[in-house]
Amino acid sequence: MDEIVRIDGLHKSFGNLDVLKGIGMSVKAGETVVLLGSSGSGKSTLLRCVNFMEVPTQGQVFLHGDLVGSETNGKMSYRESELCSLRTRIGMVFQHFNLFPHMTVEQNVMEGQITVLKRTRTEARSKALAQLERVGLGDKAQEYPARLSGGQKQRVAIARALAMDPDVMLFDEVTSALDPELVGEVLKTMRQLADEGMTMLVVTHELGFAYHVANRVLFLDGGVILEEGEPQHILKNPKTTRMREFLDGHSLFKLPD
Amino acid sequence: MSHTWDFATIIQNWYVLWIGLKGTVFIFLVTVILGLSGGLIIGICRYAPSRALSWPAMAFVEVFRNTPVLVQIIWFYYAFPILTGIDVDPFLAAVLGISLNTMAFSAEIYRAGIQSIEPGQWEAGKAIGMTYNQSLRRVILPVAIKRVLPALTNRGIEVFKMSTLASVVAYVETLNQANLLADLNFNPIEAYTAVAVIFFVVLYPVVQGTYVLERVLKKGD
Amino acid sequence: MVEWNFIAVFSDFDLLLIGLLNTLKITALALLFGVPLGLVFALSRLSKFLPLSFTAAFIIEFFRTTPPLVQLFWFFFALPILIDVRMTPFIAAVVTFSIQSSAFFAEIFRGGIQSIDKGQWEGAKAIGMSYRQSLIRIILPQAVKRMIPAFMERSIELLKTTTLVSTVAYADLMFQANDLAQKTFRPLEVYTVVALMYFVLIFVFSQMSILVEKRLAQSGESTVR
Repeated sequence: MDEIVRIDGLHKSFGNLDVLKGIGMSVKAGETVVLLGSSGSGKSTLLRCVNFMEVPTQGQVFLHGDLVGSETNGKMSYRESELCSLRTRIGMVFQHFNLFPHMTVEQNVMEGQITVLKRTRTEARSKALAQLERVGLGDKAQEYPARLSGGQKQRVAIARALAMDPDVMLFDEVTSALDPELVGEVLKTMRQLADEGMTMLVVTHELGFAYHVANRVLFLDGGVILEEGEPQHILKNPKTTRMREFLDGHSLFKLPD
Repeated sequence: MSHTWDFATIIQNWYVLWIGLKGTVFIFLVTVILGLSGGLIIGICRYAPSRALSWPAMAFVEVFRNTPVLVQIIWFYYAFPILTGIDVDPFLAAVLGISLNTMAFSAEIYRAGIQSIEPGQWEAGKAIGMTYNQSLRRVILPVAIKRVLPALTNRGIEVFKMSTLASVVAYVETLNQANLLADLNFNPIEAYTAVAVIFFVVLYPVVQGTYVLERVLKKGD
Repeated sequence: MVEWNFIAVFSDFDLLLIGLLNTLKITALALLFGVPLGLVFALSRLSKFLPLSFTAAFIIEFFRTTPPLVQLFWFFFALPILIDVRMTPFIAAVVTFSIQSSAFFAEIFRGGIQSIDKGQWEGAKAIGMSYRQSLIRIILPQAVKRMIPAFMERSIELLKTTTLVSTVAYADLMFQANDLAQKTFRPLEVYTVVALMYFVLIFVFSQMSILVEKRLAQSGESTVR
């Protein structure tokens, strides 16, 4: 299968704090990979390194087999313009939505298409509407984000990322800021995307989503990948004490027998 | 750029600027004390439940906030004596203009401070049998004034800069003395640069201090 | 008892009107140049490139801590010696108040930009926007809305400060008043009328700004000071 994203020997530190200590992983086309780990394990930082919201301290990121940035004497350097165009090919959805409050839902979804991809307004609008339909919000196109529920906001944010026609989608704890009753609609949308064959890398605490939707689960601890495998296997039979403790901490989720 | 800077005449005549600086500091002290204390009284009146107090205070604030200080100084210098027969020298005109203006601005600062205190504080004062004045003095004002301290300091900085306006009616302060130096030695560039530097050197630490004060108070609140 | 006599004032009222017009002209020009310049200073101060940030901070602080009258004298009397320009009261006034107000506008811009949630930058970045695009399309439109009250307050301060140009003989309302007071020997009436004119002008602007601020508060927008 075609590798969309590959990461080699990735390190990230903030000042003296080493958050990621040598990560190697890949995401194949059409695959949904879930990153699990307790807070501080580095899973969000890893996700943010994939589209260079954070620039890695060391290591390499490949998109479709092409190295991002350029290497001279073992040091990576990145041009801002290269990173911008990279980000158009990698969609990202945040915990706190980050919708643009001064724009309508439709304008939010059109913005990147027009400003960055230079699509015509007509094309951007029809694409925006199509993506809003896809997440079930076709009727909210003219609303402002402030008038939407948290779940609706997050679905708009998903549509905004999808409208750029990305090769892969990153989800950074997208249900953590939602009221419990709104989590379901967002997870449903994500599952639908996975079923449609979207390539996804997901940081979440929703073990149910990991169990039912993910093709692969990675468990991060202390900045390294501690365990990796198919969810049905790894969630039921964790090899390490750290992962067992982590799963016990999420006792709300009962694994099917 | 053919000009060669020559600060020798400035340094030779340093006492001319020194006299000016003393004049600046003196008028600053007088106006800032009058302005900030008068402002407190007017601010309290402005907030008072009695209209007999709050309306005149409001009128005062509006008049002096909405006219330029220079107009006020000139008015007190040229018009006020005709109206009242009182002899007004440059110092008095400048003091009246600047301190009345400062009263109006600081009154609004004090009022905002008093208004920012949660109603529960008034009720707590009332509940232990305090009168309005007692609550205000013992409970509300100490907290309110602490909160608006950065705003008051900023006002103080404005007053210090405003003191240069006294030169317009020929009160002897720094800028006025610099005018004198510039005329005498034909070196306006050095004279005015010196004044700008003097003000910057005096006020810059104060401004930085205000930032620190703001941060400290934010933490404590 | 003083006898008020306004006849002299009103027979030459057009002099004062010309002054009023010039006052508004200087204010408008200072805003025209000062606001964009303030944005440039603010962005420079926020820059990660330290020499630029430091220089901008120094210029801003310098013009905020020195008295505007000193700045005006400097530009009027000193600058022509330093560079070979023919300085007129008009140019000196526009230059001084543009730069002076830009230092204050810079801090308003900076406050506005910094008040915008970090997530907005991230949201823009994630769809591939450059720093410039994020700033223009996402951050500034939101920041400017929050800045409006502080911006109007500063503009009113600017209007009041323009009275200083009378000291370098630019024919603003204050200067025309001095002129008329000397001509008519009626300083009481002239200065009282002029004080009233300033009051009405500034009061109207203040009330407008209060109205706008209330509107913004109703629409749920937070503002920065």
